[in-house]
Formats: sequence, C-alpha cells, structure tokens
Amino acid sequence: MTTTATTPLVSPPAAPAAPVRRPGRRALAPGKRLPAARLIGPGLVLAVWAAASAAGQLDPAAIPAPWTVLRTAGQLWSDGTLSTDVLTSLERAAYGFALGLTAGVVLALAAGLSRVGEALIDGTVQLNRAIPTLGLIPLFILWLGIGETFKIAIIAIVVYIPIYLNLHAALSGIDHRYVELAEVQGLSRIRFIRQIVVPGALPGFFVGLRLGVTGSWLSLVVLEQINATSGLGYLMFQAQNYGRTDIILVGLLIYGVFGLVSDSAVRLVERRVLSWRRTLSN
Amino acid sequence: MATHTEQLTTVQTPAVRLAGLTRSFDGRTVLDGIDLDIPAGQFTALLGHSGSGKSTLLRAIAGLDHQVTGSGELAAPERVSVVFQDSRLLPWRRVLDNVLLGADGKEAAERGREALAEVGLAGRERAWPNELSGGEAQRAALARSLVRRPELLLADEPFGALDALTRIRMHVLLRELWQRHRPSVLLVTHDVDEAIVLADRVLVLDRGRIGVDLTIDRPHPRSYRDPLLGEYRERLLAALGVTAHDERRQERTGPVPSHPERTYPGHVNPKHASPEHVSPEHASPERTRPLRAHHQEDPQ
Repeated sequence: MTTTATTPLVSPPAAPAAPVRRPGRRALAPGKRLPAARLIGPGLVLAVWAAASAAGQLDPAAIPAPWTVLRTAGQLWSDGTLSTDVLTSLERAAYGFALGLTAGVVLALAAGLSRVGEALIDGTVQLNRAIPTLGLIPLFILWLGIGETFKIAIIAIVVYIPIYLNLHAALSGIDHRYVELAEVQGLSRIRFIRQIVVPGALPGFFVGLRLGVTGSWLSLVVLEQINATSGLGYLMFQAQNYGRTDIILVGLLIYGVFGLVSDSAVRLVERRVLSWRRTLSN
Repeated sequence: MATHTEQLTTVQTPAVRLAGLTRSFDGRTVLDGIDLDIPAGQFTALLGHSGSGKSTLLRAIAGLDHQVTGSGELAAPERVSVVFQDSRLLPWRRVLDNVLLGADGKEAAERGREALAEVGLAGRERAWPNELSGGEAQRAALARSLVRRPELLLADEPFGALDALTRIRMHVLLRELWQRHRPSVLLVTHDVDEAIVLADRVLVLDRGRIGVDLTIDRPHPRSYRDPLLGEYRERLLAALGVTAHDERRQERTGPVPSHPERTYPGHVNPKHASPEHVSPEHASPERTRPLRAHHQEDPQ
C-alpha cells in the first residue's frame, strides 16, 4: 500500500510526540468562578418550579405557578398594598439593623480595646446571647407597646450579637507580632488602633456583618407574622386566613430577594475594603 | 550621614550600655548580669544557641520585654529600629505605607521612597505585601527600619527564613546600608558564617553571659579565602561547643545549630578540597553543590 511505501526516511523519534504529562498535581483551589455563579442555583429552583407547574404536577392551591405569583404581585403592587407593606418592612429592618450595627461595633470596640470595657461588657453580652432573643418578645411588648419600637429593638438585638461577637473576637485576636511592631515603630495608641487593630479586625467584622444582615430579615419575618398590623409578614398572615398561597409566596419571594440583595451588597463592600486579601474566593 | 554628626562629636559615648543586665522567666535566669558597651556606629553580631538568651537580650535593648522580671542598667539611643525574622509587613497596607508605618508627613513619604529605592524595591511602592517574595518582603522591612533614621539597628535573625542565595544578597545589602547610614548594629544570629562575614565584632552568648567578645578587623567585602577568618570561625564554633568531630558528623546528618559547612561564591571549603577529608559522602552530588538552597522557595 502507498502508506507503507511512504515510510519516512528519517527514523521516527524514539518516543511518540505525545505531550509528556507529569503525574498530575491536584489543584486544590476550586478554580475559576463561573459567571453569575450566585444566580445559577436560584435560577435552577425557579426552572424546576415552573416546569412542575406547567406539567400539572403541583397542586395550585398548595404551590401556585410562578406566573400566578407574579400576576398576584402585579395586582398587589398596582392597588398599592404591596408597596406600603414592603416599605414598612424595609424601614423596620433598616432601623433595627442600623441600631444593631452601631451597638455591636461600639460595644465590641469598648470591650476589645480596654480591659475595663471587656470586664463590663463581654460577660453581659455573652449572657444576652444565651437568651433566645425571640423569647424576649412578650417582655418587650409589655415594656415598649406593640408598635414599631419593640420590633426595631428586637431586630437590633438579633443584629448586634453576631456583629459584637465576631468583631470582638477579631479585635482581641490581633497578632501579637503586630503589637510588637507597633511598639518598635513608635505608634501612638490611637494610631495603633487605627492602623493595625481596626484594619486587622475588618475580616472578622465582615463575617459578623453578614450574619447580622441575615439576622435582621429572619427576625423581621417572625415579628411581622406574630405581632403586626402592617408589613410583609402581616400581608402573608392575612393571606393565610384566606387561603391565598400565591400571596404568601409573593411575600416569601420578596423576603428572599431582600436577603440576597443585602448579602450581595455586603459582599461587594467586603471585597472592596479587603482587596488586599488573596484567598480562595478570588 | 548628617543624622550621625552628633554621634561622631561624642564618639566616646557608647550607643548601647548594659550593666549587670539580668532577665529571668519563671525563675530561670536567661540573662545573667550582662555588661556590654556597643560603641556608636559599630556593627556587632551576637551569636548563640537557640535558647541562649540572644533574642531576650535584643528584646531588652529594644524595650519590648514588658512583663519580664529583671534588673540592671540599660542605656540605648532614642531612635531604635528592629528588623525581625519575619518581615512583619501589615498585609492590609501597601508596601510604601508599610515602610512609612509610624512616620509622618510629605518629607517622610519621600524618605520612604528613597529607602525603597535603596533596598532595590523602587517601583514596588503600590504592591501589596503578599505579592512580594520572601526576600523582597525582608528588603521592605529593612527599608521600614531605615526610614526612622535609626541610631541603633537591632536585627533578630533577619535572614533566617530566607534561602541561601537570597541571604547572601541580603548580607551585601545590609553591609552597604550600614556603610551609608552608619547606625550601630546588633545582629542576632545563630549562623557563624553570617556573623563573620558581616560584623566587625562578634559576641557569643552562652548561658546568659557573654562568653566570647571577638573583634574582626578584616576588610570588606570579606572572602572565606582569608585564612584569618577561618581561624575566627573555628574559635567561634568552639565557643558554641561545636568541635571538629561534630562538624564532620553534622555534615552527614544535617545542619543546625550554625551552618558550618556553608560556603560562599568563589570560596572552596578546605574540608572539601583537602584529600584526607574527602569521605564517600563528600563525593555525592549533594555534597559538591557549592550552596545549599534548601529553605523556602520564593513564591514568584
């Protein structure tokens, strides 16, 4: 055959030209991030939900189809109830969160930067942490009435605890070698705090912040479903009385979107502020 | 340097004066009545085993031993810089900001840039510390110590974590910086070769006391071909309790406490050259390598 006739004059290289593979080193970092990675999971859930509804696999009275939920949301929005309820809920969450954030940061700084502060504050906060905050609701209603104040107070407590705990741990866990360095470089106490302690504690603070944000939504749901006359939770509670699962789903979706958006916002700020970190996440 | 003129006018005043300095931890005496004068501008190395108290002595002079019981007199200059074994750069500050830690103002920023250029890091001002290699990070740490215009530079095994090649470059750099700025230097090390090659005076700390105080009056840059240095080396090793027998045994088993067999470029280790010492181990390729770069690899 011709192929045998054209055998090369030059003898082929001893080893075939296949690329030499080193015994593979396992890459332990998870690799490059997928585009819009955070949206893939929720998108998949939505797709399954829509498919199951379209196929008639779901009882519309128990789990209405996504488009039914959307239509209901549109109706509620156009008659004005939804926007009022959403705004009320957002306001509560924002006030409570702001209060909790401030309290958590101030207390953690006081406890983390002075021994007197630590003696006064840390044990008290640990005690507070041991009491389930939602268990305080009856007491707070008696103290503050059933209005907005008690709701904001409960949210603030739920928020401040993780922020305090993480920030305090980060502040008191500052590497001793950096303390030595600050002494050697002759930093004043204020500078030491500003240039070493605070930036060094920021990663811990952001962990607390994210837990706090999640906590604010969590407590909001509970508060609005038990003791409210307005807000998203109230809307859902009413819907339960009338068997309107579609409205309940509208409420849940909005809570979900709020949670996702606020968490992403914190992540974004975190990535900006902690750009010096090169970790698995980037 | 202009900063140094005051020191030169009062040349008799030592930069560091220790009298009967004692330090102990949990009842164990680490420094046992040390008397020591370091003249202004002298480059001194302090050798000792690990646990001999050399870091304790350095920390005492640096004023870093707050909760340590002790007594004695200690006089040190006002502007003291410390270079640690780890570069101790703050990961959240860019290189220039790290160098400027504790320094203020426009003029300081200019000095910081100059110092970075001096250590060969010009252009890396905006880099983050975790983008630097080990050697570069330690250069940045040196720059940080220079910005303060120290009268006394304390260095606690500053090259201990670097690979052998980088370490040699850092030796040259440190000596250059010293020549230009003339601070008094106290270099704590466990490496006899490093001490001999760099310092004009070598102290050996042994059981909390200064056992040997050796002046090395040889020109720089130093070569190991200098037979006198070999002699000093033997004496220092002997003071550290390393006998010729240990040295030969150590070559078979591995390094520490001081790298007695490490050689410098251009230097032929006499033990390897002289035929009566060439044992089978010496014939192995591992043994004929002039340098043992067995520490960390640079990340870049």
